[in-house]
Amino acid sequence: MTAISRDEVAHLAMLARIEMTDSELDHLASEMDVILGAVARVQEVAGQDVPPTSHPLALSNVFRDDVVIPSLTPEEALSGAPAKADQRFKVPQILGDAE
Amino acid sequence: MIRNSASVMAEALAKKEITSVELTQLHLDRIDAVDSHVHAFLHVDREGALSQAAAVDAKRAAGEKLSPLAGVPLALKDVMTQKGIPTTAGSKILEGWRPPYDSTVVSRLKANGIVILGKTNMDEFAMGSSTENSAYGTTHNPWDLDRIPGGSGGGSAASLAAFEAPLAIGTDTGGSIRQPAAVTGTVGVKPTYGGVSRYGLIAFSSSLDQAGPCARTVLDAALLHEAIAGYDKKDSTSINAPVPAVVAAAKKLDVKGLKIGVVKELSGDGYQAGVRSRFDEALQELVAAGAEIVEVSCPNFEYALAAYYLIAPSEASSNLARFDSMRYGIRVGDDGNAGAEEVMKMTREVGFGKEVKRRIILGTYALSSGYYDAYYGSAQKVRTLIVQDFAKAFAQADVLVSPTCPTTAFKIGEKSDDPLAMYLNDIATIPVNMAGVGGMSLPAGLSPDDGLPVGFQIMSAAMKDDLMYQVGGTLEAALLSKWGAPILSQAPALATK
Repeated sequence: MTAISRDEVAHLAMLARIEMTDSELDHLASEMDVILGAVARVQEVAGQDVPPTSHPLALSNVFRDDVVIPSLTPEEALSGAPAKADQRFKVPQILGDAE
Repeated sequence: MIRNSASVMAEALAKKEITSVELTQLHLDRIDAVDSHVHAFLHVDREGALSQAAAVDAKRAAGEKLSPLAGVPLALKDVMTQKGIPTTAGSKILEGWRPPYDSTVVSRLKANGIVILGKTNMDEFAMGSSTENSAYGTTHNPWDLDRIPGGSGGGSAASLAAFEAPLAIGTDTGGSIRQPAAVTGTVGVKPTYGGVSRYGLIAFSSSLDQAGPCARTVLDAALLHEAIAGYDKKDSTSINAPVPAVVAAAKKLDVKGLKIGVVKELSGDGYQAGVRSRFDEALQELVAAGAEIVEVSCPNFEYALAAYYLIAPSEASSNLARFDSMRYGIRVGDDGNAGAEEVMKMTREVGFGKEVKRRIILGTYALSSGYYDAYYGSAQKVRTLIVQDFAKAFAQADVLVSPTCPTTAFKIGEKSDDPLAMYLNDIATIPVNMAGVGGMSLPAGLSPDDGLPVGFQIMSAAMKDDLMYQVGGTLEAALLSKWGAPILSQAPALATK
């Protein structure tokens, strides 16, 4: 019932920040069509009068006490970083046109 | 010794008939001998395991009071962080990552003196039912090496069935503990949501994910359950209440007066004949043990699969945004010229596998404006209907039962190109996650049509986990006296090396 175009999949891939080849996009577009057709069944029973459930537990605003507790050292926090400098995560250029 | 249950091993350790170092070494030797065929492990921490074992032995020698499972080895699903030990969640994007902290489950295992042998294989980010989606190769089912061991926790289940470990940790978002248990002839339990801390569990779908015990017997699972469960202030969704007395329940071996609800919708068409016959026979054992069987109807369960494949990908698309190549994991294409966004896109292209990309795109779509109400919103409403179905069913029965999976283990490669066929594996396990209730799978025997293990699922209301252990323990004992030996004694011997 739902048709999703290759261009829409390309847009979603951009939103999700995943580079995709043309063949990947083609393949995914046809798969998405089938999967969305199957999962659209939820609409059959999702009436106006049914409240949504986002979570099995009815919890809100769980806070811990505002006290200092031991945490990772800077070295530990940076231990998995692909690049680092001066106790900071070193990242590629984030502003302006890098190309 | 390695074919014994964890409880028997623990008893031998307590009586000083064997040391933990010896017991750990026996399992490391077994891993060396058979894991090239099974591929249950992604990383084996030989030195770490032996030094944890030596520490337990020293405490025992000094006369310290130890936990019931102290000194018993365990296999840890690679989705749980363990400080300093490679942790990948089956993904290339985390290749080489060594977490700087322990998950709460690992902290509790260590506090209980349970020896961690290594990390087990899994579908990438726990998305799958066969481990074929691991970036590091497929795990093979010890019952038939050409077949899948289930997933996502196929490595944990296979390690138990191959006698590489007597205990394992799994995580279950839509069946990833129970389905691998079913197809490998082992026991797996998804506790009540919030029963076991998710701190340090690499998130797939936060409102569904739950860690739990994997073992070869119901009692072993209960002992491990009590070791890892309980309130944790580091997990905001952790339930602050006493852990249900699951060990005592597993030992009761009595179901007289209990009402067992057979879920009408989780049987019939689509379920393999051999699965149905073993399920029905197991049910008769429970009747013989004094339980009352009632049929219950959960009409909205048929929509659970569809709702799950909207909710889980939606949450995953958000959770997996953290893999941005900036703070941990691999980074691709950072040549000094490419900008952060470009590097991010190239890294995620290379780092994520097909199924993960598929689900991220699906989740991004379901959450996008214009489609949100029709997809994610509708799925949340179905979730309400499933919660209501469970509430009605638990008003009529103490526990609910069904086959764990519609079929026994299928061949590797058989469904890997058909996502929808693959998703159908989880049709009977998913409702449990949607409602946050408890679920267990234990062996119901071998299917007469193919000789492969069949799983029997028991579901209990939230924080009534003890009831599923009580029924599971009773059924296991009844089946054992009928069979004369545990089901795994019928598994073919694995070639060594």
